[in-house]
Amino acid sequence: MSLAFNTLLSLIIVAVAAAAILGRQAFMAVVFFIAYGLLIALAWLRLEATNVALAEAAIGAGLTGILLLVAWTRLRALEAPAPSPPHRLLQVLAGAGAGAVTLGLLAAISQLPAVPGLQRDVAEHLPVTGTDNPVTAVLLNFRTWDTLLETLVLLAALVGAWTLTRDEDWPGRAGRRHRVLPDGVLAQFGRVLPPVALVVGAYLVWVGGYQPGGAFQGGTVLAAAWIVAVMTGHLPAPRVDDRWMRMAVLIGPTFFLLVGLAGLVVGAFLYIPPGFAKPVLMAIEATLAVAIAATLAMLVFGAPEQGESS
Amino acid sequence: MTATEWLPFTVCAAALIGLGLYGLVTQPLLLRRVIAFNVIGSGIFLLFGALSGSESAGTDPVPQAMIITGIVVALSATALALALVVAHAREGGRDP
Repeated sequence: MSLAFNTLLSLIIVAVAAAAILGRQAFMAVVFFIAYGLLIALAWLRLEATNVALAEAAIGAGLTGILLLVAWTRLRALEAPAPSPPHRLLQVLAGAGAGAVTLGLLAAISQLPAVPGLQRDVAEHLPVTGTDNPVTAVLLNFRTWDTLLETLVLLAALVGAWTLTRDEDWPGRAGRRHRVLPDGVLAQFGRVLPPVALVVGAYLVWVGGYQPGGAFQGGTVLAAAWIVAVMTGHLPAPRVDDRWMRMAVLIGPTFFLLVGLAGLVVGAFLYIPPGFAKPVLMAIEATLAVAIAATLAMLVFGAPEQGESS
Repeated sequence: MTATEWLPFTVCAAALIGLGLYGLVTQPLLLRRVIAFNVIGSGIFLLFGALSGSESAGTDPVPQAMIITGIVVALSATALALALVVAHAREGGRDP
């Protein structure tokens, strides 16, 4: 029964991905891509990876979807010239190459040896990590380097996006001005959704300590609350030189680095002593959630562009 | 769940990687290349996840954590890529 369901879901995922990639219009591609992200989240649930399913739904489908929609709107307003499609021969060659990659992957997968995986090692050492959620334990204790550098990648992306601002727009309010009908559906939506998203986001951060959830999933939902409030015109977008916003963006990586340096005193960089693990992990989760929410929201608002729309 | 029941996702992931590669090479619109890049990414994540869980002892949390990291990094790259695409269009949107 579940094999049939998984097969059907896989077929739908490939069909929707094909529509996103091969479909005629760019807007259609964006919409299909969002649907694709949600279906992938469903696949993660089937693979019993609830933590990943939450991250995929919030980040892969939700935030990437907003980024694509915003970019599509701006590109349409700029009326960029439509590039010509590639030569027929290139399309055939690309199709053959892509098909060969897929078949090669399938051939390689069938040769893979069965390996036991690391779940037993993780379960064995879970008591000293300060959390009961094995995925949080890996993210914030066993593989801390990954997570620290990941927060720096987010920061680098934001700085990179800001460097593309035109001189006359810097430093202004992030993104473009949003015009919304005060009594329209969108404005109503903007009043109802953010409070709910705030509660759900804070809950996801908190619950990450012992159940699926965590700083990344919760932080993304918190970012969504802010994005909706700004896009529906209930809050102004923050200025890019706003001190509070910059502190929120920096607090996560800074606290994480401080924890790493404190680890040097008692052992090694990023070593967290088991006795302090629980409060330290909770503090990392809380500061990371704030930083992730602020960074993701600023990434979606984009570089200042207020001069253009006024 | 057994390995056989996860098999469809393995095949699906391999197909997604191929589809994404095709889109990345043949799509003339930069925005759609970013979408294709994301399809390749999620295909790789799905392949990693589907292969890591085929053991009876439950899912392995280490790949899950690495995939979550990957999803966030993919979003960062997408945000920067889209900012570059918009800036490119603002400057006229022509190929160099």
